[in-house]
Amino acid sequence: MAVTDPISEGRLQAPFGQTILRVIATFGSIAVTMLGLLFVTFVIGRIMPIDPVLAIVGERAPQATYDAVYFDLGLDKPVIVQFGYYIWDVLQGDFGDSLLNARPVSEDIARVFPATLELATLGILFGILIGTPLGVLSAVHQGSWIDQIVRFVALIGYSMPIFWLGLMGLLIFYGLLGWVGGPGRLDIFFEDIVPTRTGMILIDSAISGHWDVFRNAFSHIILPASLLGYYSLAYISRMTRSFMLEQLSSEYILTARVKGLSERQVIWGHAFKNIRVQLVTVMALSYANLLEGSVLTEIIFSWPGIGSYVTTALLSADMNAVLGGTVVIGLIFVCLNVLSDLLYRIFDPRSK
Amino acid sequence: MSEQTLLNWLLTDEPTSRRHARLTRFYQGWLALRANTLAMLGLSILIVLTLMAILAPVLAPHDPFVQNLGNRLQPLGSTDHLLGTDSLGRDILSRLIYGSRITLYIVALVALIAPIAGLLVGTVSGYAGGWVDVILMRITDVFLAFPRLVLALAFVAVLGAGIENAVIAISLTAWPPYARIARAETLTIRSSDYISAIRLQGAKPLRIITKHIWPLCMSSLIVRVTLDMAGIILAAAGLGFLGLGAQPPSPEWGAMISEGRRFILDSWWVATIPGLAIFTVSLAFNLLGDGLRDVLDPKSRGQ
Amino acid sequence: MNTLSKLLSSGIISLTTALSPIASLAATPADTLVVANRIDDIITIDPAESFEFAGSDVSRNIYQKLVNFDPFNLDAGYQPEIAESWTVSSDGRSITFQIRDGLTFASGNPVTAEDVAFSLRRAVALEKTPSFILTQFGFSADNIKETITTDGNSVTITTDKRYATSFVLNCLTATIGGIVDMKTVMANEVNGDMGNEWLKTHSAGSGPYILSSWKPNESVVLTANPNYAGSAPAMARVVIRHVQESASQRLLLERGDIDVARNLNTEDIKGAREADGVIVEDELRGRLMYFALNQKHPDLAKPKVRQAMKYLVDYKGMESSFLDGQYVIHQNFLPRTFLGAVDANPFSLDIEKAKGLLAEAGVDSLELEVGVREAQERIEIAQSLQNTFAQAGIKLNITVGTAKQILGRYRARELDVYLGAWGPDYPDPNTNAATFAFNPDNSDAANATGILAWRNSWDTGGLTEKTAAAVVESDRNKRSEMYADIQAIFRDTSPFAIMFQRIEQTALRDNVENLLLGGATTAASYWTVTK
Repeated sequence: MAVTDPISEGRLQAPFGQTILRVIATFGSIAVTMLGLLFVTFVIGRIMPIDPVLAIVGERAPQATYDAVYFDLGLDKPVIVQFGYYIWDVLQGDFGDSLLNARPVSEDIARVFPATLELATLGILFGILIGTPLGVLSAVHQGSWIDQIVRFVALIGYSMPIFWLGLMGLLIFYGLLGWVGGPGRLDIFFEDIVPTRTGMILIDSAISGHWDVFRNAFSHIILPASLLGYYSLAYISRMTRSFMLEQLSSEYILTARVKGLSERQVIWGHAFKNIRVQLVTVMALSYANLLEGSVLTEIIFSWPGIGSYVTTALLSADMNAVLGGTVVIGLIFVCLNVLSDLLYRIFDPRSK
Repeated sequence: MSEQTLLNWLLTDEPTSRRHARLTRFYQGWLALRANTLAMLGLSILIVLTLMAILAPVLAPHDPFVQNLGNRLQPLGSTDHLLGTDSLGRDILSRLIYGSRITLYIVALVALIAPIAGLLVGTVSGYAGGWVDVILMRITDVFLAFPRLVLALAFVAVLGAGIENAVIAISLTAWPPYARIARAETLTIRSSDYISAIRLQGAKPLRIITKHIWPLCMSSLIVRVTLDMAGIILAAAGLGFLGLGAQPPSPEWGAMISEGRRFILDSWWVATIPGLAIFTVSLAFNLLGDGLRDVLDPKSRGQ
Repeated sequence: MNTLSKLLSSGIISLTTALSPIASLAATPADTLVVANRIDDIITIDPAESFEFAGSDVSRNIYQKLVNFDPFNLDAGYQPEIAESWTVSSDGRSITFQIRDGLTFASGNPVTAEDVAFSLRRAVALEKTPSFILTQFGFSADNIKETITTDGNSVTITTDKRYATSFVLNCLTATIGGIVDMKTVMANEVNGDMGNEWLKTHSAGSGPYILSSWKPNESVVLTANPNYAGSAPAMARVVIRHVQESASQRLLLERGDIDVARNLNTEDIKGAREADGVIVEDELRGRLMYFALNQKHPDLAKPKVRQAMKYLVDYKGMESSFLDGQYVIHQNFLPRTFLGAVDANPFSLDIEKAKGLLAEAGVDSLELEVGVREAQERIEIAQSLQNTFAQAGIKLNITVGTAKQILGRYRARELDVYLGAWGPDYPDPNTNAATFAFNPDNSDAANATGILAWRNSWDTGGLTEKTAAAVVESDRNKRSEMYADIQAIFRDTSPFAIMFQRIEQTALRDNVENLLLGGATTAASYWTVTK
């Protein structure tokens, strides 16, 4: 999937006096974006050739049952009226009930989102902790075999179909070697032991001191998390390299070198320090991408996350669930974007 | 003109015409690119792919659609079927070769639609500023904030499954980043003296955008498109994997993986071979894109 | 397995043996049965509403019915369960059930005649999808007070006319016949929904298990019902986990992390057979794979064309290749083991004959669209059809969509050809006869979207009357012959090409015994399992 790159959008710096106005404008634009997001999703839901009524009543329903559900859902009202009702409910924190399983969508999301959050967080940690040093290494040794290898490894990560890699990883590390846990979040032995607090099993088990559960959960999460981590590693190392190259070729680094600073100080103390903010932006974006939930990874690893939740809902025309999921994903995306934008504005060395 | 004079002409520091200048720049870029081994590797893979697509009927040992249920799931290296056969007994090598046409088709279409749409939105937004800018950028944000696969899935579901619709769906999800790049470039170009001079000469906005701003946005867009190609191929494959891309019996690589994943444990090659093909082509685009960036991207130029 | 992958795996295995002690095989707890199954079709557990495959498996383990099937002896037909015995009135319209003493719901409440009457009335009054199984006997929200009555310890149901008693009782074994605990359900009523909302995610039955949790698309957990009147099941807990991929299910099973894998495809079944500690069991199910030709298409409406298409299917080729072991050739609308089922399978791939028939019909080229949902085996069947049709000059374009998308168009009579599956709703021949060979009003206005014959605009050519006659025939043998007769005509003239009947292949750890899936007639029983 394409990854957005806010760096290329060199926004102009605003004078300090306008900061408060800017904050208001930022929140305004978040609100407008979210409203637009909801509206697009809503329209898609209405023009989809999948019949939500059929999704509920099943293929053999007599016409009377069908009609009853049709009116129940308010589908006889104009689309704009339906949208109005929906927005009103959302503002009150009510995403409606899932059409399919009749549960509140917010409850479903509270169940599936922590699963994705846990996976994405571990994945991004993996990506950052390995990707950043690799990127720096590669930039410092630009053109050498180290650089070539790092770039190649990153490109492989970029180019591999994840469903294939996932199945192969499962086959080798679980099926043949038994080093990691299988599909799912826990072995059956360990299910329902730890009380649900955050919904993230690693954290819940650590809080309650069930280290056996923690170990088991870790053995299940490690493979999908490393896969996702590999993908963000590819992006992060690549961007790190490119930022570092830019810094290393700049005047002040030359000056620093001339002054006789050690190579280590030059690289970590000066060049790397200057790209930290840009890096945070990249990381935030990678994180946002992972938080969308990788549908394919979730399917292969039977991971009940938000990606497969929204996809399943979409394919069965459960529009309340799709809308709810999209709002949550969109909100996270927008917030991370704004956050990194802010960081960029505040700390960008060029603005000083 | 002898070869030497042509080279001199191309390498001169004092171009005699605008066309001359452009050709000179192009040639120097090419020289820089040629020095980059990995980029050349990528380029050659893509040339091979293109040749493969053009010559598919000559190269393919079998008809990619002919079934033979009695001869299914033959292993790699079996006589007559170098890469084995799939679940319906079709020759995988032949399907792979014909599949390159579909891959190229997808890539070409998306590479045309998404950046152009992005360019249009971005430049208009950046040049016009004001309300137009606000509205267009909010729309861009909405599409950016959308979970991408969900958006593509939704569009495919609305339009109906099929390769053309998959292309449209992917393009619809791919344009926002281009719009932002184009807008950013436009903002910097717009305020330059060069554009002010043209404006003073009385050029209309439309002309300024198409004749002066677009060409300047091109290089960063081309780099970005090449780097995104892998993502596009993988997205198309992902749609194919979910059964919403190319329709059977089309030998689209993603659909082939999807068909083959049922046998991943015993007949692993059925899914692995198209997987490797996707991998190779994505890698080629990435290698080329990396190289192009070094040549074209102003930020990294001159290192 | 081919040599290379064998080499690879043996290489890796010897590598692990060298490096570390072999990872000890996981095992599931001794009193817990862990099943991997695709359960994403479950949308409710309420027996008055539940109508999906995975849902009926869950329901059968929670709710008892008036009459039910003995999992160990399906051939015996329905047996007394909550009803101890029953009598039929002389006009054949009323059946009176004596309710068994000593049965209790999970709540501890006794099972009474009131509960039974309430459950049946509720199923009719809620008018959910499966309600037609009961309303076809003339029950409606307006008359349930008179037609379903209690008297002390007995319940009487009165149908609008005389039906074969076996037909009525067979229908009561369907999921919708599940008896719920009136007091518990009504205590959870919201806005007059008779507890429908609550029962979607909770259980109130008298069967061996209670529903302890259901996480959509994730898992269903059943625990033993402490108040169950029968002997406590050996498996105190049954965990059904949603695992989408066949390969994942097989890996889990081979590693011992689950006891049963229910959705292995034919290739993985072959692989699993070779694994240590895994056995494979086959069970014939009621699901049929068929394709249907829309009679609105002028060429497809020609009888010779319909016949020709039935000769353009590579039945044997498919049965012995990608459907191997999971489907068996069957060309009649009643699944094998049903009353009235016949074994005649006269059609086989015969391109020349089909060409001749097409020529006689005056059709030399034809382009058709087939709708199929995105399930791999169906897509492969469609491609095989595409291949054989092409040999007779018929171009078949495949449109793959989600189940809901394709079904929507099928119900709107829009598809030329539909390729899909059909499973019986209740274990009586009428279930399929009433949809394949029954269509009293073929007009668009009738909108009888539930009837397959209507969806294909087929007026049945007189089979409607024969089907209506068969359902009221009370002589079992005579009734059986009537269905055989209907199917003979149907095979030749109908626009339906029935191709295969499903065999469910289940892979299980070799210590699991008595997992009975319910054959073609009913759903799975987990309470019989020991290990």
